[in-house]
Amino acid sequence: MEKRFYKVYVPVTLDVDSDGNIYPRSIVWEDGHVYEIDRLKYRCRAASTKVGGCGMRYTVMIEGKETYLFEEDGRWFVEAKDAS
Amino acid sequence: MDRIILHCDMNNFYASVECMLRPELRDKPVAVCGSVEERHGIVLAKNYKAKAYGVKTAEAIWQAKQKCPNLVIVEPHYEQYLRFSKLAREIYSRYTDRIEPYGMDECWLDITGCTRGRSGFEIADEIRRTVKFELGLTISVGVSFNKIFAKLGSDLKKPDAITVIERASFREIVWPLDASEMLGVGRSTTRKLLYYGIHTIGELANAPEELLKHIAGKNGLALKRYASGEDYSPVTHQDYVMPIKSIGHGITTIQDLENSAEVWSIMLELSQDIGSKLMKNKKRAGGVAISIRDNELFSKEWQCQLSLPTQSPSYIAKAAFELFVRGYGWARPIRSVTVRAIYLTDSDAPIQYNVWTDPEKLEKRERLDLAVEAIRNRFGKDAIRNAVLLMPMKLPEERRVELVMPTGMVS
Repeated sequence: MEKRFYKVYVPVTLDVDSDGNIYPRSIVWEDGHVYEIDRLKYRCRAASTKVGGCGMRYTVMIEGKETYLFEEDGRWFVEAKDAS
Repeated sequence: MDRIILHCDMNNFYASVECMLRPELRDKPVAVCGSVEERHGIVLAKNYKAKAYGVKTAEAIWQAKQKCPNLVIVEPHYEQYLRFSKLAREIYSRYTDRIEPYGMDECWLDITGCTRGRSGFEIADEIRRTVKFELGLTISVGVSFNKIFAKLGSDLKKPDAITVIERASFREIVWPLDASEMLGVGRSTTRKLLYYGIHTIGELANAPEELLKHIAGKNGLALKRYASGEDYSPVTHQDYVMPIKSIGHGITTIQDLENSAEVWSIMLELSQDIGSKLMKNKKRAGGVAISIRDNELFSKEWQCQLSLPTQSPSYIAKAAFELFVRGYGWARPIRSVTVRAIYLTDSDAPIQYNVWTDPEKLEKRERLDLAVEAIRNRFGKDAIRNAVLLMPMKLPEERRVELVMPTGMVS
């Protein structure tokens, strides 16, 4: 069966260096759990084909898994898998 | 050396943006439609699924629903369309600074001298892929040596495709096409051309000049040049702002207007905005035009010159209303009213008074208008208004996003 995704806006902790570069450090999931971002792998402009929307896409490692974190007009979202 | 001009056309723009933002819509027939309550209930854009059912742009929602009962109707989100339109132009601007928009979803790009040894096709393809990746939208691109053929090319293969029309081979590609495919050949020109047996762009290119001049005046000659690949019009710089020729406002009321008093208040309301815009753009109106559409969708336009150029909303409204009273016979109730300020001159240009002008009165009037404008700017448009406008009016809700519609490049 095809996996379904939905858009979840999340609170994000960011570091900004003196050049203005942004580094996401952690996100807070819907249930309040804080997920640390282990590593920022890549950053580019991209659209989310799974849940819609476009902006700056950060490819990050969270608990050993690669995932996308999007910044769209100041708000941050992830592509969440539908549990059902 | 030939120029390299691209025409980028974002496919089914409104519908594509909606489907992009709401992926659950992607596999359904979707039409973006105006609001029924405000009587804009027509199809503005549709996706390919809806197109397959025969849903057409500009038809009424009920007609579209008849053809496709499970059609998903979504309301337009102009702020998103503007955002994506801007983002697309930002991508184009990585390649050239000569970007000429034609409406929200189309642009010409002149990439002559910016190719770094690559071909027009290669750059077009890179732009196509970038837009798809970054915005999640597809575009079709026409690549050619002039604007007319670039635009034509972007219409030939869509979506998500590129068409190259080269000087060496344009006759084989372009000339067999219907004349109406070419920019500048509208419905009435097509009809006239058909009457003289001109069906294709090739026939247009090879038609005698005298005949075309007879059919469509000097436009006819321009069309012949375009059809022969002799369009030299430049792609304007991205910072170029077109000089304003007229400032107008129109409204489709939520119910038909039944009497002149109602028309007067609508005109006053419209003129208020026109006055603001004239002041903002430092222009004066030398004339006023109105266009009235009745509830059978028949529309007619009247215009007049003003004895003195003005920015005054009340003066413009009065002139508009006079035109209306003189021209309209109230055969049917009215559906929409448009007022335009025309023959614009710079507001600091000297004005020729006549013998009967009372400069003192004029100055007083001007001071009053400026004061009203200042209050509107500071406290909002509803802070001060003519008392007659406090009556219930059949006005639709304020449109938040200003739209700039493409205008013909053939003049």
